[in-house]
Amino acid sequence: MDTQTKNERLLTRDQMAKRVAVELTDGWLVNIGIGMPTLVLPHVPKDRDVIFHSENGIVGMGPAPDDLADNDPDLLTAGKQPASLIPGGAFVHHADSFAIVRGGRLDAAVLGAFQVAENGDLANWKLLGAKGGSVGGAMDIAVGAKQVLVMMTHVTKEGDPKVVKALSYPVTARHSVTKIFTDMAVIAVTADGLVLDELAPGITADEVQAATEPKLRLSDSLKEIAV
Amino acid sequence: MKNKRVNTPAEAVAGIVDGATVMVAGFGRSGVPEGLTDAICELGVKGLTVISNNSGTAKTGVARLLLEGCVEKIVCSFPRASESGVFKEMFDAGKVELELVPQGILAERIRAGGSGLAGFLTLTGVGTELAEGKQTMEVDGTEYLLEMGLRADVALIKARQVDGRGNLTYRKAARNFNPIMATAAEMVIVQAHEEVPIGALDGEHVVTPGIYVDRYCVFQQEP
Repeated sequence: MDTQTKNERLLTRDQMAKRVAVELTDGWLVNIGIGMPTLVLPHVPKDRDVIFHSENGIVGMGPAPDDLADNDPDLLTAGKQPASLIPGGAFVHHADSFAIVRGGRLDAAVLGAFQVAENGDLANWKLLGAKGGSVGGAMDIAVGAKQVLVMMTHVTKEGDPKVVKALSYPVTARHSVTKIFTDMAVIAVTADGLVLDELAPGITADEVQAATEPKLRLSDSLKEIAV
Repeated sequence: MKNKRVNTPAEAVAGIVDGATVMVAGFGRSGVPEGLTDAICELGVKGLTVISNNSGTAKTGVARLLLEGCVEKIVCSFPRASESGVFKEMFDAGKVELELVPQGILAERIRAGGSGLAGFLTLTGVGTELAEGKQTMEVDGTEYLLEMGLRADVALIKARQVDGRGNLTYRKAARNFNPIMATAAEMVIVQAHEEVPIGALDGEHVVTPGIYVDRYCVFQQEP
């Protein structure tokens, strides 16, 4: 099958965001990382009370205001994009914000990644060979959140697998990722290795395996991602 | 009662010397006391160690301090960012030293420094390249990193309101590093948007008690 038709079957970023949003359970406190994960917020089903935490001290972060004129320079996402505060939201200072992170209050974090290893090791803060780098809150969040949900394309722009046997990129946190959401599949990280739970419509398990370095086990209840 | 009020950012930063360690609050551009960082640039001090989450937005805040050659070293969690290319260019040219610290660890090191704690044990960073050179300690079979408290000679703070005692409130997420940095320096200097009479701030709403504040000026920063 040629690449063009395969690309057409890959989930869009918005479809991936919608799938991740379904994962967020009513009553959860969830940290949202920078980049692609910020797309998740507007997709949370309306009947669920999911509270979003932003590392810069927002408990109850809401979406960007509809009207550009309502943007507030003191109400930003972790990626410094406009945000809002939900009714009943609160502000905390930075040490308390990370006490929430490391203190076990985050039910989940949605993070982007360069690579995830089959044992759950996460690489998302520094490119290979980069000088210095910028770590931000990634290491604290990956260690602290009860569930680390990674949202990323399945392969790099060059077509290399991002789900790998062992990281070649600098590690953010060991054994931290619990589930991987890509444009091809949903994969659970378990003590017995990676389990292929869901497939994007039109994508086969063989195609996912071919784009993944470690061996995947098929879930007994393998299903199609609802888009 | 001690008078903590000075008239301008220039008076507020007077006395900061070459080689001082300076905490600059803020996250992105929110909560950065740019009136004070600009005043330090005018003062022309050199060799500063700056402790700050970011390295400035465009050419403002810490980025201007870098550009004007005031900074020798930066202790930072997110220095390379799309908001400003100043740090990247200077770091790549070997003109500034970097100590990279995970954001939550930076915050906690400052809290520890302000709380009389030498350090603390954490899982953050274990098994990563940021653990290199750090002492580890095993407690109940789990390996932790020892992270040390951080203090500074000076902390630069941006507040929403101040009263004559130096009590402070903040605005929304501009609070960020401000309240903790205000606890962890020998000289705490505040740029406040507005001054209110003593007694006007409800004690329930004061975030930083005035006991931490040495000097303040009223300065309304351009957005």
